[in-house]
Amino acid sequence: MPEIRNYTLNFGPQHPAAHGVLRLVLEMDGEVIARADPHIGLLHRGTEKLAETKPYNQSIGYMDRLDYMSMLCNEHGYVRAIERLLGIEAPIRAQYIRTMFDEITRLLNHLLWLGTHGLDVGAMTMFLYCFREREDLMDCYEAVSGARMHAAYYRPGGVYRDLPDQMPRYREERSKWHSEADFKRRNEARQGSLLDFIEDFTNRFPAYVDEYETLLTDNRIWKQRTVGIGVVSPERALQLGFSGPMIRGSGFAWDLRKKQPYAAYDLVDFDIPVGQNGDCYDRYLVRVEELRQSNRIVKQCVDWLRENPGPVMIDDHKIAPPPRAEMKGDMEALIHHFKLFTEGYCPPAGEVYSAVEAPKGEFGVYLISDGANKPYRVKVRAPGFAHLSAMDEMARGHMLADVVAIIGTMDIVFGEIDR
Amino acid sequence: MAYQESRTGDARLDALAAAIDRHFKGTSYQLEFACGELTLITPAEGWHDRARTLRDHPDFHFDQLMDVSGVDFGAYGLSEWETETASSTGFGRGVDQGDSVATADPRRFASVYQLLSVTHNRRLRVRVHLDGTEPIIDSVVDLWSVANWFEREAFDLFGILYRGHPDLRRILTDYGFIGYPFRKDFPVSGHVEMRYDPEQQRVVYEPVSIEPRVLVPRVIRSDSRFGGDARDSAHA
Repeated sequence: MPEIRNYTLNFGPQHPAAHGVLRLVLEMDGEVIARADPHIGLLHRGTEKLAETKPYNQSIGYMDRLDYMSMLCNEHGYVRAIERLLGIEAPIRAQYIRTMFDEITRLLNHLLWLGTHGLDVGAMTMFLYCFREREDLMDCYEAVSGARMHAAYYRPGGVYRDLPDQMPRYREERSKWHSEADFKRRNEARQGSLLDFIEDFTNRFPAYVDEYETLLTDNRIWKQRTVGIGVVSPERALQLGFSGPMIRGSGFAWDLRKKQPYAAYDLVDFDIPVGQNGDCYDRYLVRVEELRQSNRIVKQCVDWLRENPGPVMIDDHKIAPPPRAEMKGDMEALIHHFKLFTEGYCPPAGEVYSAVEAPKGEFGVYLISDGANKPYRVKVRAPGFAHLSAMDEMARGHMLADVVAIIGTMDIVFGEIDR
Repeated sequence: MAYQESRTGDARLDALAAAIDRHFKGTSYQLEFACGELTLITPAEGWHDRARTLRDHPDFHFDQLMDVSGVDFGAYGLSEWETETASSTGFGRGVDQGDSVATADPRRFASVYQLLSVTHNRRLRVRVHLDGTEPIIDSVVDLWSVANWFEREAFDLFGILYRGHPDLRRILTDYGFIGYPFRKDFPVSGHVEMRYDPEQQRVVYEPVSIEPRVLVPRVIRSDSRFGGDARDSAHA
């Protein structure tokens, strides 16, 4: 009888199902995984080290690029850490705007996750549907910040500017690609303010989620690929440092938005979906339900924001820049502006760990200040890092094709894992 | 019951602080409270037992380890501009202060653990200071599985050694990387750069050609609004 040895298979780092630059070294026993060893760091940019060399505010843009699928949630974690260090609190309207945009971000992230997870497992159509909705949400990003993805919209002390009164429209000029009727249809929801546009979206969105569910939830192939795959027991989920939908899929009703509320989460109404079996299918159900719940939160924020105008930034010009108009006539405002953008501000010495419920789980920022205008140390606790480290345990004993489903269910984005 | 002043202003954290005092009485530790968070500073000896108590004892039940991060305190409180004397001497160009890092400080490094108790819904930060020349500490992988990669990361970036770690390999840096990039005496631009050499038809490493420079100098201003000197509190 010939000697049979395990076979080592290299997966990635340039594999479309690896969601970025994951290199997996898989030890195979036939088609069964005997050991999975993820090699990460191919996207390591040293964000934390770079943040040490820049004044606090200049690193906000780096936070977008960590988990580049949930940009504003990362910013929220970082900005909140600075705010707590400084001992300031953003005005209530800014808190609501943050809550709304955190949830829009969650929608963006989960839609991308749903689309690509579907694509990995073989449901091509999902991708097209999900990206259709993402387009509208990215337009919301663009309307407030000018950037479709990397917004840099949250600042210590509030948000950079108030919501626009006019939603940008498509320019109506005839082209060979779009007819006039096309323009009319595309601009229909954009006649009013940003809030009108978002409200229109929240009204349309639940029907879209139903559409996704008709495609997947009872789909036989989908269930064959996800039910019973990558099962994690509640005890192991705790041990493995899971958070977000990963721990909720295993049956823990743990959500920082409820348990340790921040921004305006204690003022809005929503439910936390919890799975039972801890497999890929349950995590899928949890995330789909989170889409509906996020939509609910966005709607409540829209209603509140309509009725309660007010400041969106604190009035302390040592931390927040003075309005431009004021700068033109007031010497003190000009000096404040100059000092703020050249040197920045010096928070008191100390350390703080601020965690937010990002779409992928607990996104934490551990910040140490020695009283300088730059952070002494920034440590980003990326949820995906802890999740991916469980790869070996989750994939062991599964087939090669299931590895793809497990990568998908972890919702991996390399920007945050490699930092 | 006698009126007792709250140490933290939060009943749950008060209970936690009291429990720590009760359990670790007579041993060396320090408890700090700032920004609504408790920090336990504990020596490297006996850390593993202490971690086990923190995880298992019903008073604590820190069932989740959210984060482990290395810290290099070697350049703590150093600035590139002296703001106090500047009005008489003027500012100079900010320069990189890589040389003045206190490399042999017995408290140079720290391994910082962020613990979370799902049961009691509270957090605790544990900071363990380590020697600058030989940073070594017990691994907690056997207590919290998630520590595996976190400790690998701290080893990779800071060179902190975790005794008893099953697989202490580099994780984030390149294959064959030399040095510990997140130490304060490691320049931001690194030591080597890489390019493709068409003659040798392979990738070659060379010393960096980038001049290190400082765009915004690091300054420390003691701000009267926050009280106290910035330099004396956290790195105690």
